[in-house]
Amino acid sequence: MAKYDYVPSPFMANSIVKWVDHRLPIFSMIDTQLIKYPAPRNLNYFWNFGSLAGVMLVIMILSGIFLAMNYNPSTAGAFDSVERIMRDVNYGWLIRYIHMNGASMFFIVVYIHMFRGLYYGSYKYPREILWWLGLLIFLAMMATAFMGYVLPWGQMSFWGATVITNLFSAFPIVGESIVLWLWGGFSVDNPTLNRFFALHYLLPFVIAGLVLLHLWALHVHGSNNPLGIDAKGPQDKIPFHPYYTAKDAFGLAVFLIFYGYFVFFSPYTLGHPDNWIPANPLVTPPHIVPEWYFLPFYAILRAVPDKLGGVLLMFGSIAILFLLPWLDTSRVRSARFRPVYKVFFWLFVVCCLALGWAGAMPAEGVPLFVGQVATIWYFAHFLVILPLLGWFERPLPLPASIAEPILGGGRAGVMAAGKPMEKA
Amino acid sequence: MAQPDSTTTAMGEGEGRKHPDGTTRRDFLYLASAAFAGTGAALTGWAFIHSMNPAADVLALASTEVNLQPIAPGQAITVTWRGKPVFVRHRTAEEIAKAKADDSAALPDPQPDSRRVQREQWLVLLGVCTHLGCVPLGQKPADSKGDYGGWFCPCHGSHYDTSGRIRRGPAPRNLEVPTYSFVNDSNIRIG
Ligand code: HEM
Ligand code: FES
Repeated sequence: MAKYDYVPSPFMANSIVKWVDHRLPIFSMIDTQLIKYPAPRNLNYFWNFGSLAGVMLVIMILSGIFLAMNYNPSTAGAFDSVERIMRDVNYGWLIRYIHMNGASMFFIVVYIHMFRGLYYGSYKYPREILWWLGLLIFLAMMATAFMGYVLPWGQMSFWGATVITNLFSAFPIVGESIVLWLWGGFSVDNPTLNRFFALHYLLPFVIAGLVLLHLWALHVHGSNNPLGIDAKGPQDKIPFHPYYTAKDAFGLAVFLIFYGYFVFFSPYTLGHPDNWIPANPLVTPPHIVPEWYFLPFYAILRAVPDKLGGVLLMFGSIAILFLLPWLDTSRVRSARFRPVYKVFFWLFVVCCLALGWAGAMPAEGVPLFVGQVATIWYFAHFLVILPLLGWFERPLPLPASIAEPILGGGRAGVMAAGKPMEKA
Repeated sequence: MAQPDSTTTAMGEGEGRKHPDGTTRRDFLYLASAAFAGTGAALTGWAFIHSMNPAADVLALASTEVNLQPIAPGQAITVTWRGKPVFVRHRTAEEIAKAKADDSAALPDPQPDSRRVQREQWLVLLGVCTHLGCVPLGQKPADSKGDYGGWFCPCHGSHYDTSGRIRRGPAPRNLEVPTYSFVNDSNIRIG
């Protein structure tokens, strides 16, 4: 990243601010990392989803803490305590709907955020660690959401927990002991529910820590952008505030309307009615499905008729994302300049949607077949297509700078036109 | 005049007394304290990890007695043992014959029927699919019993035969036979 001269915001001259900043440079941090922070001038709305994910994390932690004040983590009391939250606790229904649907919104936002990264090549040099931290956040989110779904102790809670913890029994030799250890008993039972609650409370704070590292890594080289080229100088950047604070705030408002629609008008669309039946360890519901955001992975699990094979493939489908920066051999980041990759990107999106559909269906006949084909495609995308494309694809010519396509080249007009990060 | 003892003045005690291979006493101290602290941390860590394993009271609740008298031939009951369902099936002569005949069939987890029962009319099984732990159907008269007349797991489609052996589907092993014993002719104790 090119160097930008930093001109402090006016509030930095305030004597109290100065006094504090001398001892704890928190205002400098806010000013340099949030207000004057130089961001590429061409970010589109796909760059809104990172801050939306941050807002979702805050909403989940706040609503969760208030739920926890009325929740009873025991097999005897959990289901009833959630009913009580719904019926008797003042605004309990609202807090629970916010939390329940918030999990889905969080995943929608994060999935878009991830596909944005795939489309614009944001995982490439020098952002590999940033990408990894994102994947760790994704894994921690999946663990959190999985354990949260167990807490209301309905049929889907119980059987989802049983099936998912049993995945570990697929590993040879140690598998059975791992499962007993996870359960703290011989089946999913009170000790399991208790520890899941403890971990469900803890993990979001671990996520918050990972988010800080994620942002730290982001701010070392700055954001990627729709063109995927590095900023060449001050004319390519604008200060984060007010440009992106305003843009993010507008995006947030639109998103909250979408979220609010589910919370107030359609709170159960994204859930499963079987979770209204209290957990019964002796009866498995005829058709177990995980929450929608796990369906693609569930489809991969079931695509293989072998137990260990299915489990390995499912974990592999995420592990492979860690290798993506090296599997994609093209040096061009943005799909805008990669005509062939662009096609395969959309095929990959279709592949993931097909997996999601197959995961929701009983594992037989057409859905099973679709799931198997899509599973092969998923892995082929990373292991065959991406490595080869880097060699065979002919990228389109890249613009000379970020400012060039917007301002039509000449650098003379640039400084005046966009109120860029000018020198003092 | 003698040289000042640079080993003690400049570098601090011990640091300078180098062995010919370049290591010092301090290296040893570092390694020894790191190893000591590391072992201590690992042992303490184990206490925390082990605290998540089944506790003494959970292990203690380990046996259940079942009265077989009310179960007519062809019927089955489900009891709970260690929080899990146990299937007790009173097999008909036909089912027994079928189970024995299939001893020689191609079984994914080969085991003769005789090794799976103590008295051949009574089949006692853990009602937990060996795939991912769902409870297979086949206990109630209206349930699907799968293509082999035993049990069918709806979760991912595993078929078990009249000996509880896996015949088709993703489950890798036969339904487990829990430890049990006949207290007398009409009662068993599981666990
Ligand atoms: C990463 C952030 C989080 C995610 C993705 C998440 C996800 C979930 C999900 C999917 C449920 C099940 C909702 C239902 O079906 O009713 C749930 C329940 C619950 N969560 Fe969270 N959660 C998060 C953070 C938190 C935090 C920080 C707490 C604080 C203690 C919390 C406390 C609870 C409680 C008490 C329940 C049970 C009540 C209920 O089922 O509505 N959650 N969570
Ligand atoms: S749990 Fe029975 S087939 Fe998967």
